Amino acid sequence: MLGGLALLVFTSSGWPDVQETFFSPEAFRTSFPDILRAFWLDVRMFVAVEVVVLILGLVIALIRTSLSPALFPIRALAAIYCDLFRGVPVILLVYLIGFGIPTLGVTGILAEPIFLACVALSLAYSAYVAEVYRAGISSVHRTQTDSALAVGLTKFQALRHVVLPQAVRRVRPPLLNDFISLQKDVALVSVLGVQEAFRVAQIDSQSSFNYTPLIAAALLYLAVTIPMARILDYIARKQDSVV
Amino acid sequence: MSSPVLEIEGVTKSFGDRLVLDGIDLSISEHEAVALIGASGSGKSTLLRCIDLLEEIDDGDIYLDGEVITDPAVNPVSVRRRLGFVFQAFNLFPHMSVLDNVTLGAVRSGAMPKQEATDRGRELLDRFGLGGREADRPDQLSGGQQQRVALVRAFASRPRALLLDEVTSALDPELVGDVLEAVREMKDEGMTMIIATHEMTFAREVADRIAFLHEGRIVETGTPAKVMDSPERPETQRFLRRLLAGGRI
Repeated sequence: MLGGLALLVFTSSGWPDVQETFFSPEAFRTSFPDILRAFWLDVRMFVAVEVVVLILGLVIALIRTSLSPALFPIRALAAIYCDLFRGVPVILLVYLIGFGIPTLGVTGILAEPIFLACVALSLAYSAYVAEVYRAGISSVHRTQTDSALAVGLTKFQALRHVVLPQAVRRVRPPLLNDFISLQKDVALVSVLGVQEAFRVAQIDSQSSFNYTPLIAAALLYLAVTIPMARILDYIARKQDSVV
Repeated sequence: MSSPVLEIEGVTKSFGDRLVLDGIDLSISEHEAVALIGASGSGKSTLLRCIDLLEEIDDGDIYLDGEVITDPAVNPVSVRRRLGFVFQAFNLFPHMSVLDNVTLGAVRSGAMPKQEATDRGRELLDRFGLGGREADRPDQLSGGQQQRVALVRAFASRPRALLLDEVTSALDPELVGDVLEAVREMKDEGMTMIIATHEMTFAREVADRIAFLHEGRIVETGTPAKVMDSPERPETQRFLRRLLAGGRI
């Protein structure tokens, strides 16, 4: 069937045009260095946001899974946070924060589009990742905590050495899913005029009336997301084999 | 007789409207093994969990070495470090090796340097027939082996008393023997223990005293011979008759 589809595409009357506009080796060669340079910004933003998300998401999840009655107010706040930031389209959030905060008349880093875009992405993805962590934490049976307390651990040690290692191991696949989403959503900061890979590719393609730069950008995203998925799969398999 | 290791005075505990412990008084001396017997739901497990401060009691006091431990000002962590608890369902840490399961408490509480805890862990595992399994994960062991690891884990920190909560109830019958043998050995070494159990033969053999729980109250205590052969209270008589009819004695 795939062969048939390929045949259909390659023999169609428009194929030479498509080849020229999307897969032009020449356009690829001229635009690729710029896009690659811009992609470096994507990578740095992704890494920075990812670190924030892993920490902030965990903190929110811990608040949401806490049982102490005294923590009820912040538990409610954490729940509202998750509902709010998961419920708004990420692109809208990037817009609102990226254009809203500078309107307040702030200066310095707070008016920096790259920084604001990272804040928006961190807020949105922390809400997703918090829910993933939360699912993992609730999946570890209460008797594990009992057992950890019984051998003389403090509540924090029980969480740190007994509950969280098991929780994180169980939610690795959905966490990875969110990482890959995030790597791609970094392109959303282009709406603020930040010159990252997608934006540069877009500008190039508009000035040359050729879409090949977009293909170049797509290849760069894939060059990061696919190896990362494979590496994490490999780590997961290695850890599971000793469990 | 030496002063009691554990003293329980008028302890009550409810879950919602359900009164589970209704004024428990019990005292356990050094080196003494007390078996708690009684039907399911009579409060045996809850009592053990209250002693280890895994449940909060509603009223009464519990003393460990003469010191009240049920006061809100007492740090429960320091109390639990002086007691060992073994659960019905083993509750080993599945992501850790057998040896790490045994040493985690001692190492993290700072009770022993890592090397000492490791040496002691290895020695005890070896003694209880688990030599060579130190690096295995709990799910690579049989139920009986897992429960022996749990016993070693509780025993390794040299607790003042061991609290054993139906340690053989989740095991296949042919695996029970080794676990009971391990308990017997700890008892022979002078370990003070409270054993909630359904194993009447074992209770008779190992326990110095038996306490029969009925609807959250200890209705009869005494030597195994006295409680099991000539029970005074009708509740005890009924319970033992039922076990006899079920072929459990």
